[in-house]
Amino acid sequence: MQTQKKSDAKESPIQVKDLRKSFGAQRVLDGVTLTVQRGETLAVMGRSGTGKSVLLKLIIGLQTPDGGSICVTGEEMVGAGIDKKNEIRKKMGFLFQQAALYDSMTVLENVQFPLNRHTKISDEERQKRARELLAGVGMEKDLEKLPSQISGGMQKRVGLARALALEPEILLFDEPTAGLDPITAAEIGKLIVDLQKKHSITSVVVTHDVRGARAFAERVALLHEGKLVAEGTFAELHESKDPFVHQFLQNQETG
Amino acid sequence: MRPLTSGLEWFGELGLFFSRLVKTAMKPPYEWRELIRQCDAIGTRSLPLVALAGAATGVVISLETRASLVRFGAKSFLPAIIVFSLFKESGPVITGLVMSGRAGAGIGAELGSMRVTEQIDAMEASAVDPYRYLVATRVLACILMLPLLTVIADFCGVFTGWIANTLAEPISLRLFLEAGLKQVAYSDYIPPVFKTSVFGFIIGLIACFQGMRTNGGTEGVGRATTSSVVLSSLFLILADVVLVRLMMLFWPNR
Repeated sequence: MQTQKKSDAKESPIQVKDLRKSFGAQRVLDGVTLTVQRGETLAVMGRSGTGKSVLLKLIIGLQTPDGGSICVTGEEMVGAGIDKKNEIRKKMGFLFQQAALYDSMTVLENVQFPLNRHTKISDEERQKRARELLAGVGMEKDLEKLPSQISGGMQKRVGLARALALEPEILLFDEPTAGLDPITAAEIGKLIVDLQKKHSITSVVVTHDVRGARAFAERVALLHEGKLVAEGTFAELHESKDPFVHQFLQNQETG
Repeated sequence: MRPLTSGLEWFGELGLFFSRLVKTAMKPPYEWRELIRQCDAIGTRSLPLVALAGAATGVVISLETRASLVRFGAKSFLPAIIVFSLFKESGPVITGLVMSGRAGAGIGAELGSMRVTEQIDAMEASAVDPYRYLVATRVLACILMLPLLTVIADFCGVFTGWIANTLAEPISLRLFLEAGLKQVAYSDYIPPVFKTSVFGFIIGLIACFQGMRTNGGTEGVGRATTSSVVLSSLFLILADVVLVRLMMLFWPNR
């Protein structure tokens, strides 16, 4: 049984089973089961307020589910102690919707922060590594500026560099292109694809942007009213007879 | 009924917050660098404010008591009264209240805005415990810095008390200090200074608690800041009553 589980974990680093979460009377996730394959990019889509962001926060343990199980790289996240959770979190990177950079630290310090806390290398090496990570997302300048002094697109880049700092196996993106102009959004989208190719990271991307998702995601999971209504490639979804799936793709294409 | 239950809920949550804080803060690794940074932010940068508050208190005590002592023909007690009232009560309480305004609001607003902009989530996501990195360092910095600030306030108050006194009736600083400190034992001075560590603990704990549980955007940050100051000042004054009584038990007046 144990070895079975281990080999499953190799193939699919994230396994979500029957996940439930309510806020008061509002049922946000109502029995969601989802598997993400190694190295793939899964786009989680749906209307606003259908618990997409909550799903990501449950996976990294920022919130606690009411029921169900979340297996990350073969280890159970639900009910794990803080130390155990932190061990699992080191294998994950999270890009927040508003980048969530530490506003009292410079760009460089932001990327160095996880390195300072979880690596045993010298300070010079950490700084070198942070500079490399920032160069990898196209941030060579403005490293001494504070987050409030750079643009939203640049903040997203820095957030991405920070998420990559501990060389995670898994990346979670919360609306990576929301609130950006179309050109910057496309750039960030391309960056995600490039990073995926380079590091072969498993990713889950929560997004509204169907066009963007087509560019970077291999599969789509569509949430509606707390339930998973469709899962598959874009081609498979287009074949779907479900009226909601149809409507969702249609509206997003034209609008 | 509702205010009662929500009040009890608040205390329960505060208790859980504190027990989680103790559990995480006890274990290494310790965040020395952040602790020193917080001691600087909370302690060093409050120095001018606290010194000024202490100085003002010294002048006021001197002016007020002088008038009444002259009336009773007991003005030779003036230095001793200034020193006693500053060391025993005014110095610690003024420092505590000024700091619950400055540090309480600062911590509440900082952690509150970090919470609503997901910076605290980001910290947790990168496997750093915010209780260890943000909360423990701030609470400890408050506990360590308040007594030091109190000492500064005390001595600034004594000094300006002397100035106010000597303007009315010249007396040398040496003579003033001699008359003032002759009657003061360590037990009059040390316990009240360390009493402010408890004030520091109250300020740090409540401000961090209100900051960490902020929700509801910018408005929530405003609420967290206000409630940090209001609640920490309130509990500080209540704690003072208990502590003064306790100190009387352990160090009875001769």
